[in-house]
Amino acid sequence: MFENFVVPDLLPAAPEMFLAAMALAILMIDLLVKDSRRTVTFALTQLTLIGCAAIQFGTSTGEIVYTFSNMFVDDLMADLLKLFLYMTVVIVLFYSRTYVIDRESMNKGEYYVLTLLATLGMMVMISANHFLTIYIGLELLSLSLYAMVAMNRDSVASTEAAMKYFVLGALASGLLLYGMSMIYGATGTLEITAIAERLYGGGVNKTVLVFGLVFLVSGLAFKLGVVPFHMWIPDVYHGAPTSVTLLIGSAPKLAAFAIVMRLLVNGLITMAADWQAMLIILSVLSMAIGNLAAIAQTNLKRMLAYSAISHMGFMLLGITTGVVSGDARYALNAYSSAMFYVIAYVLMSMGTFGMILLMAKAGFEADNLDDFRGLNKRSPWFAGIMLMLMFSMAGVPFFIGFFAKFSVLQAVVAAGYMWLAIVAVFFSLIGAFYYLRVVKLMYFDAPVDETPLTAGLDMRILISVNGLAVAFLGIFPQVIMSLCAYALLRSL
Amino acid sequence: MSTYPLLSFAIWIPIVAGLAVLATGSDRNAPLARMLALFGAIVSFLVTIPLWTSFDVANGGMQFVELKSWIPRFNINYHLGVDGISMLFVLLNAFITIIVVAAGWEVIKQKVAQYNAAFLIMSGLMNGIFASVDGVLFYVFFEASLIPLYLIIGVWGGPNRVYAAFKFFLYTLFGSLLLLLSLMYLFIHSGGSFSILEWHKLPIELGPQIWLFLAFLIAFAVKVPMWPVHTWLPDAHVEAPTGGSIVLAAIALKLGAYGFLRFSLPIAPDASHELSGLVVALSLIAVVYIGFVALVQEDMKKLVAYSSIAHMGFVTLGFFMFSSMGIEGALVQMVSHGFVSGAMFFCIGVMYDRLHSRQIADYGGVVNTMPKFAALFMLFSMANAGLPATSGFVGEFMIILGAVKFNFWVAFAAATSLIIGAAYTLWMYKRVIFGDVANDHVAELTDINKREFAILGVLAICTLWMGLYPQPFTEVMHASVNDLLRHVAISKIQ
Repeated sequence: MFENFVVPDLLPAAPEMFLAAMALAILMIDLLVKDSRRTVTFALTQLTLIGCAAIQFGTSTGEIVYTFSNMFVDDLMADLLKLFLYMTVVIVLFYSRTYVIDRESMNKGEYYVLTLLATLGMMVMISANHFLTIYIGLELLSLSLYAMVAMNRDSVASTEAAMKYFVLGALASGLLLYGMSMIYGATGTLEITAIAERLYGGGVNKTVLVFGLVFLVSGLAFKLGVVPFHMWIPDVYHGAPTSVTLLIGSAPKLAAFAIVMRLLVNGLITMAADWQAMLIILSVLSMAIGNLAAIAQTNLKRMLAYSAISHMGFMLLGITTGVVSGDARYALNAYSSAMFYVIAYVLMSMGTFGMILLMAKAGFEADNLDDFRGLNKRSPWFAGIMLMLMFSMAGVPFFIGFFAKFSVLQAVVAAGYMWLAIVAVFFSLIGAFYYLRVVKLMYFDAPVDETPLTAGLDMRILISVNGLAVAFLGIFPQVIMSLCAYALLRSL
Repeated sequence: MSTYPLLSFAIWIPIVAGLAVLATGSDRNAPLARMLALFGAIVSFLVTIPLWTSFDVANGGMQFVELKSWIPRFNINYHLGVDGISMLFVLLNAFITIIVVAAGWEVIKQKVAQYNAAFLIMSGLMNGIFASVDGVLFYVFFEASLIPLYLIIGVWGGPNRVYAAFKFFLYTLFGSLLLLLSLMYLFIHSGGSFSILEWHKLPIELGPQIWLFLAFLIAFAVKVPMWPVHTWLPDAHVEAPTGGSIVLAAIALKLGAYGFLRFSLPIAPDASHELSGLVVALSLIAVVYIGFVALVQEDMKKLVAYSSIAHMGFVTLGFFMFSSMGIEGALVQMVSHGFVSGAMFFCIGVMYDRLHSRQIADYGGVVNTMPKFAALFMLFSMANAGLPATSGFVGEFMIILGAVKFNFWVAFAAATSLIIGAAYTLWMYKRVIFGDVANDHVAELTDINKREFAILGVLAICTLWMGLYPQPFTEVMHASVNDLLRHVAISKIQ
């Protein structure tokens, strides 16, 4: 009776299952908790994430393990990305705590449950080995985020941003699905590793495949937020409540990196010549438009949104240079540089949005550039932290951003794309201008209001640690660099 | 050879001292911050003295070497060492830091801790540049040193400081980024090494050599600065506070010139020979044309800034004669310029503190109210004009001597600068110091106090010492310069 029902190996997916169960449990528990006791929900959420990390450690074998009929994969790349993901979400929740409490309509249990579900979506994306798994993960993430963007119901901007995000996000999902269906049509399978084998075997209808690839790359580009599929980024970053912007601007980049790797590198590596050309165009456009448009912004969140576009463009450079004229010798170096870049970017992005949250008060968002005017007078310490974050984003040593850019550029030069490296460097220079402007506002201008900063002790400590980590890892980048390289070596 | 890591001390003591000064916090603790900064600067200087006293003059290679693995993934090492070319600059830098801290003692009243910390940290970073033997380490220090200077100009500078700070940062960052790409190219070309000494031995075809040379040229020309990428310097100088100008002129400009000796000449010798005409031409334009530009300046600081560009033109000219006379002359000129331009900017700072003007027209007859100052200022003006018995003469003389061997007309054009240099310096001196007391403000001037006298006195002794007995300076660089010239003489094309 049960011969068709094979119990899958559940162990590789243990963190996902634990998180899903806890998310549902927390949803229930929250119903019994009074509004004033919301800390319980918060604490449970954090414990869940820490629990996930513990399970991840406990169940990791270091080998590539497939489960659920090869729909799900657990390898070192997934383990590493997920651990960074948990850490990011834990910190994001700490940063958002005061902000959320200060805003009536956001201080609900749903906020935490949705965060957990978004995290689950990202975890599924990271571990997906099947088009449907990717799609499920992606939709779980996106739907949670749509709801979270709209959570501040009284804000017109938030509602508008959520609407925009939803419509465009649905369109992107459509593109992705369409691309997937075409690749299915060409290869007859949805499983990523099987697709790679089919393509390697040859005899696949190339026209359909390339069409599929174009749609797939468009969908991915949308999710990464690179030009010309970037238009939602500034509006969503700007319109969303800052705590949600913080979430959107950090953790999903890790998941997006993972699906790019899974789809393009694990699945379609034989098509590298085709997607490479597309990605190069996307990345050059992103660096150009992201950096140029950021200069014109007066709102810090919008500026960071454009800077995110340029950073993702820069990251793509690492992925594009993995294969040079069919030679995969550069792969490990290039992909690990992109991975290091993403991790470094998440760390920096968290810190900068954290700074905005630190400065925000009830009824005051602190998201205009002018709100940072004279910060050095009000709080030299936090101005110093912001200074480090900005210089790190600009890629100036001794901060992690420098070595992130260094490793990507090194991969690009090693692959022989000197012109691409020069273009990247040129736009980094333009990018430096608007990061410098933030430093200028903080240090060279007089403050508008002199009141000292008020924020919780946990927030102050975490932001300080985050800022110092940017400096510390800029002096000792070796550990994370090697981790990335090792994880990819064991996963590719 | 000493057993303890002298160079690491030279780099990290000022940085740690800077962070300690920063920790003193608000201006309530300003006296403490000043004392701590001076103490840190003096200790940082004292630890560099053994570099000179136990320097082996017969050895042209790297000395006081420290080698530790830093980022094994890219074979990047914490590799320090100095030779006769860089050793003097570490000392000069540590010395100038004391001057700068002392120069800002009573003048800087706001954000005292941050001001002193920025200079101490920058001093450490610049020592790092001169002491790095690893390409990436060099680059990291090279670029990181932009941050403190950006803040110094922007926070404590004059009315147009924001423009000047941005211009300074973006210009030099642009140069640095091209340098970064060259380093990566060399890393790959050498099969995975970032050691500058390894690169010196690397065979490179002429085509890539030319590209490398041009990238280096842009990177270092911006920093020197050479004509036509010099325009950030007058802006930066005019807006920077006195201490910033002193560091900029005395040390920061040397970084670019130093880069030529460490990178361009030994790594791309064939391209250097091939393109020496270009550099010589640019240098001569800097010497002659910028000299004339200096002549018409009405702002004293701008005048000295332009004269710095002209003097640095002399330095790059000296390098591309490919003779030990030219290179040693250029090195002497660099050290001398460190003392003299530092002193000139300090003198202008002294007058600015009293009258809040740098316009030549606002002065006249200062000698009547500030005789001690006028005497010292005269000495430095003479040195700036290259008068014999001052340090300014030795370098210029050696370079012109080298140039005569290279090409008579180049030497002729270079030598005209002695006249132009004397003209703009002495004419400025005359208009500011001599004549009748120009106005009531000048009549109320007070002569320099003990602190200012001490600073100028020490610089005067250095200037005269170098002018009268330059041998201790040339002796230490001799072996290294010959070593360098051997590299330059061998073709890298195989």
